[in-house]
Amino acid sequence: MTTVAPRGRAARAQGPGGAPTRGRARGWRIDRRYLPVVGTLVVLALILVVGGARYDNFLSVGVLANLFINNSFLIVLAVGMTFVILTGGIDLSVGAVLALSSVTAAYLLNAGLPAGVVVPLVVLIGSVIGLLIGAMVHVFEVQPFIATLAGMFFARGLCFLIAPESIPITDETFVALAGWDTWVAGQWRVTSSVVIALVVVAVAFYLLHYTQFGRTVYAIGGGEASARLMGLPVTRTKVLVYVISGTCAGLGGLLFAMFSRSGYSLTGVAMELDAIAAVVIGGTILTGGTGFVLGSVLGALVLGLIQTIITFEGTLSSWWTKIVIGGLLLVFVVLQRLLAVRRT
Amino acid sequence: MSATSPAPSRAPSSGRLGTVVRHHLFWPVAALVLLLAVNTVFRPSFLRVSILDGHLFGSPIDILRNCAPLMLVALGMTLVIATRGIDLSVGAVVAIAGAVALTYIARSPDPGSAGTALTAMGIALVLALALGTWNGFLVSVVGIQPIIATLILMTAGRGIAMLITQGQITTVTSAPFKTLGAGFWLGLPVATLVAFGVFALVAVLTRRTALGMLVEAVGINPSASRLAGVQARTIVWTVFALSGLFSGLAGLVLASNVMAADANNAGLFIELDAILAVVIGGTSLAGGKFSLSGTFVGVLIIATLSLTVTNLGISPLVTPLFKALVVAAVTLLQSPVMRRKLAERTRRVAPEPKVVAR
Repeated sequence: MTTVAPRGRAARAQGPGGAPTRGRARGWRIDRRYLPVVGTLVVLALILVVGGARYDNFLSVGVLANLFINNSFLIVLAVGMTFVILTGGIDLSVGAVLALSSVTAAYLLNAGLPAGVVVPLVVLIGSVIGLLIGAMVHVFEVQPFIATLAGMFFARGLCFLIAPESIPITDETFVALAGWDTWVAGQWRVTSSVVIALVVVAVAFYLLHYTQFGRTVYAIGGGEASARLMGLPVTRTKVLVYVISGTCAGLGGLLFAMFSRSGYSLTGVAMELDAIAAVVIGGTILTGGTGFVLGSVLGALVLGLIQTIITFEGTLSSWWTKIVIGGLLLVFVVLQRLLAVRRT
Repeated sequence: MSATSPAPSRAPSSGRLGTVVRHHLFWPVAALVLLLAVNTVFRPSFLRVSILDGHLFGSPIDILRNCAPLMLVALGMTLVIATRGIDLSVGAVVAIAGAVALTYIARSPDPGSAGTALTAMGIALVLALALGTWNGFLVSVVGIQPIIATLILMTAGRGIAMLITQGQITTVTSAPFKTLGAGFWLGLPVATLVAFGVFALVAVLTRRTALGMLVEAVGINPSASRLAGVQARTIVWTVFALSGLFSGLAGLVLASNVMAADANNAGLFIELDAILAVVIGGTSLAGGKFSLSGTFVGVLIIATLSLTVTNLGISPLVTPLFKALVVAAVTLLQSPVMRRKLAERTRRVAPEPKVVAR
């Protein structure tokens, strides 16, 4: 707490490989790892209770179903971002890649290409940009912040090169795909984008918790040098997390195109901040090593709920959303910090 | 090339380090010269400076004037980055400072008086300093990582600016306030003089006193510097406060240039441009050694690049693409891997660059 130095050490020691402390306090340590996510759940519940008490119809199935529908792309972005942040990196390019992917989708569909070709192609664009960023970070040892910043500028510039103005999507197959929905239990409306988002969450959850790749991601976040000494494929994994984040951004762009039925170069400005905020509010620590995909999903839902509350309130102007999110970020970060201090 | 000449003198200590610093500046300056050359080829009159209405006029003067806000922000950013930090909130502080100053002027009974303009600037600068201090508090006392501590203000800041302007784009007419962003003094833009003046002041303060060395010590190894008796916490706190103050000044320059406070768009992405300028200038994001002359060149590159894109008749919206190419080129050329390869060829600078970069 005294200087900058112990802070770095304390944050490092939170990785899953914190062997020395494990014997000392195993039971409460496991508690502690889930604590930030529990905090997110409490906030989520609190917002629901306050909203339910203040407004009629707030706790209706329709509002909650719309929460998933309106935030499907943010959930996907946050999931991809979780992988990168878990390794201790950051991805600033996701907002711009999302825009590039949605603009490309609209442009190609307008040019007459079949949806069956366009859909995989735009997701692939995200993967390729992610691969380029990963290569920059790895082969050339450029800091993730700068490499993804370059990726962000690159993708945003390409957007304007492809189409400076908004392109509506009229392709029948694509519109049919975007408009597909089903009613779960007769009331809960689920659209195709929600299904895609949930599939992404499930795949990410499996990858992180049940594969060697997932364990390696956590290990790198806990201590890159140790992971390397353990013989883990550090380089491959660190490139892969950017590919995953890029792919998620590409997929997010697809979902956004489905959501808005158009492609516009200025979509997703500052959306990378929303994604990072969702991940942090979801309990993932920015130095890496600690965090959960499901936490990030909860974080994205919290952001969505704040938006919903402000819409319900009616008299509150939209800029309060930003202030509230900033305040919430502050609370979460300080709480994480306090937890880290108590531990050392 | 003239921009490089102060570099060796500002560089710390020995001749060998001096060589390394010049090596750092080689690629940025080459990029700047290349950009200027491209412009001159496409428009031979590009470098011509004439006197119009009693002040200098021409593309180089435009570059100098347009780069003023970025120069101020990048100056603070260099110091913050040197202590291993990063300040993402500068764009939000730019917006808040502009919003506060113009809202105060718009509500005052006498918007045209010099007193009103000065009071407005004073209030905005004090608030900006307070915001910077807040960031510094979160980083140095609470111990939150800089990137997330400043992310909080970056997210909330534009909301606060909107709150101040009530979501409107505030416009005012106040001749004294307009001087800061659009006026000329001794033939040069006031904005440029202010930015360069502050820059020179900080350069002298950091390089002619021990301050610069202390900042680098904190960036290279916080715990070692603390054990050596450096007040690491105070230094970190100070650089964040300064970054806020300079961003506030940049916000005033921007707002007075257009005489409007746009909470949504004022200083949008300026944090990224500033970080870019710092990195292009050869200061490592890992902290430690910093190069103010490098940042100076970096800012000029970005300002020239924006003007080049317009000059070539390309939509300014595509500018990010060119920025990406410049960043990629410069960072790749400066990357440890490439430097090792270059070092193999020019045996003079063997393993040193790697040591400096860490």
